[in-house]
Amino acid sequence: MTNALTTAEKTPTVRGGGNQSGPQNAALAWLTLPALAFFLIFAVVPLIGVLILSFASWDGIGAIGAAGLGNWFSVFADPGLYNALGLTFLIMIASWLVQTPISLLLGVFTAGSQRYRAALAVLYFLPLLLSSAAVAIAYKALLDPNFGLATGLHLPFLAQDWLGVPSLALGLIIFVIAWQFVPFHTLIYQGGVRQIPKSLYEAAQIDGAGTVKQFFNITLPQLKYTIITSSTLMVVGSLTYFDLIFVLTGGGPGNSTRILALDMYLRGFRANLMGPASVIAVVLVVLGLVLALILQRLGGKDKQSSQLEGL
Amino acid sequence: MKQPQTSRRSFLALAALTPFAAMAATACGTSGPGASSGGGGASMWFLSGQPNETTEQKAVDAFNQANPDNKITITFFQNDAYKTKIKTAIGANQAPTIIYNWGGGTLKTYAEANQVEDLTSWLDSEPDLKKKFFPSTFGAATVNGKIYALPNMYVGPIVFFYNKELFDKAGAQPPQTWDDLMSLVKTFNDMGVAPISLGGQSRWTSMMWLEYLLDRIGGAEVFNAIFDGKPNAWMDPAVIETGTKIQELVSANGFIKGFSSITADSNADQALLYTGKAAMMLHGSWTYGSMKKDGQNFVQNGKLGYVHFPTVAGGKGDPKNAAGNPANYQSISAKASDKEKETAKKYLKEGIMSDAVIDAYINSGSVPIINGIEDKLASSPDKDFLSFVYDTAKNAPHFQQSWDQALSPTAAEALLNNIDQLFLKSITPQQFAENMNATLGK
Repeated sequence: MTNALTTAEKTPTVRGGGNQSGPQNAALAWLTLPALAFFLIFAVVPLIGVLILSFASWDGIGAIGAAGLGNWFSVFADPGLYNALGLTFLIMIASWLVQTPISLLLGVFTAGSQRYRAALAVLYFLPLLLSSAAVAIAYKALLDPNFGLATGLHLPFLAQDWLGVPSLALGLIIFVIAWQFVPFHTLIYQGGVRQIPKSLYEAAQIDGAGTVKQFFNITLPQLKYTIITSSTLMVVGSLTYFDLIFVLTGGGPGNSTRILALDMYLRGFRANLMGPASVIAVVLVVLGLVLALILQRLGGKDKQSSQLEGL
Repeated sequence: MKQPQTSRRSFLALAALTPFAAMAATACGTSGPGASSGGGGASMWFLSGQPNETTEQKAVDAFNQANPDNKITITFFQNDAYKTKIKTAIGANQAPTIIYNWGGGTLKTYAEANQVEDLTSWLDSEPDLKKKFFPSTFGAATVNGKIYALPNMYVGPIVFFYNKELFDKAGAQPPQTWDDLMSLVKTFNDMGVAPISLGGQSRWTSMMWLEYLLDRIGGAEVFNAIFDGKPNAWMDPAVIETGTKIQELVSANGFIKGFSSITADSNADQALLYTGKAAMMLHGSWTYGSMKKDGQNFVQNGKLGYVHFPTVAGGKGDPKNAAGNPANYQSISAKASDKEKETAKKYLKEGIMSDAVIDAYINSGSVPIINGIEDKLASSPDKDFLSFVYDTAKNAPHFQQSWDQALSPTAAEALLNNIDQLFLKSITPQQFAENMNATLGK
């Protein structure tokens, strides 16, 4: 994901790619071969494989048989799919609403050059170093209703059935996802803020704008593309929140945290229904594409307009 | 001037890749030691967790010392993770030589896909080996009249455990009937002690309640009909009564508060019993060993009580019927080389249930599935519990294999999912029966 991001940001703005094929470019094109090969092997080939599997019946062990449209009909007739879709969007929206303001503010804060801010920034980034599984196991142990933090610290309000009550479990997952990913987005915003020319703020100060005004009239508009990048990663990434939820709740209690990616896994690898699982994988791909394109459009309409007029 | 412009193509790539990253990450895991270690050695996966992990490691070490040219390499996995991993590994032809399983429906899918070796003729040529084990253990290892696995380890009936200290304090007797149990729930709730410990997030733990309750209410025939895939087998009134009784127990706060966030993998459910936070627990007999090890003399001081599952008034089931794991099973991968298979057979014959291993299982409070061990059991410090388990297994007119192992993986996953919802009361017993009825024959 990060690779795609950096290459995307470095791509120069060339409108219409037709006039760039000089002899030098042809020679350089060879350099893209390794990346292209990896993309073909690890993205395009599995994509085709999953598409084919979605029309097949396979238990993952025996022979693969044809199923026609049977998998598609059975998955779309299953209320479980709509429950999973709803939960996926709920977690997506809630995650965006929680994470964006926090990472934006933390990003602006840590972009400052003061020493103490650098020290705090290091602390904020710590969750980024932990794997999702480790985060999930740690939270699970801390929130155990009988042997967890609540008993250890004698804090009765913490002794909730965090993972056993549907609404609490969902809220907790949104919190843990935010805890884990806010550092990453903070990092993106920090970089974005540091690229805003100082002269804009100096001019604003001369005009008598306070910190709040500067934030809303300079920082926020200047961060437009950073917000779009971060939101795309958040939204598309939320389609794949799998490991954390799998370890934390396994989709439970009941089906109350069984999001689409987890539903796909449980159908495929627990219930041995690779066909229906592939249908869900295809749905995930289409959703990811559509969402990424929509977000791209949000920022891409006025490509010619500059955010830095006159500089 | 720089615009953070992103090309549509890289976003397409990004969007297309992410779901597959999830699929790939979950499917592949590590390539594991499935590929042969070369030479005549064989690989084997086993469940982690003490005391069995040490016992098995020692058995492998002893075997490797005696057979330096045909060594076994062993890797340990956590129970729930193993169940998924082994399926994926077999599907990808990456299975270890020796495949640990529970017999039943999962073994059937392996056998039907020709992934495991037919051991019938080998066992016919080794009559002494076959006679070594309890005859009842071969049932779950047999698919279409052929034996695809060798039983090993110990018999694991599900036992109704209780905390004697708490029962003394309450002046109560262990429950004989379901009504006794319901009144004990009230007694312990009034005392401020959780009546029953349950690791509900693991789901198969909740299933154990249904296994016994359905048997006590409707007899063994009800699940036998389900197992045979008879039409509308799940719609039996006994299934609905079972679901109703369970929801009554949940509503009466029979299970500890927060049971659906407790997992059995961490043994937290056992800890609740031996720390006196809960008075009763329905669990596999294998938990005796870990409670003895972790419970700080709880077992040694005789505070752990155990009885048969209570009867239900008007029920048809024989109160001596038991449920649980008749044994654990080892199969040999059909994809292994001949030399690997030879080593594996040698290990299954000589190593895995050697005298030292049998003694180690008895010492940790389990009953190995070996004929003629009565004397050994009688001389063990845990002889009371061991003979209870031995008699339970031996005298049960019907020993029901755990449902999630007996059924096909597809039906088992649906079962566990619906059990979870039944215990949460998010579906009615009627809906439970209907949902499960739709899985018959799958």
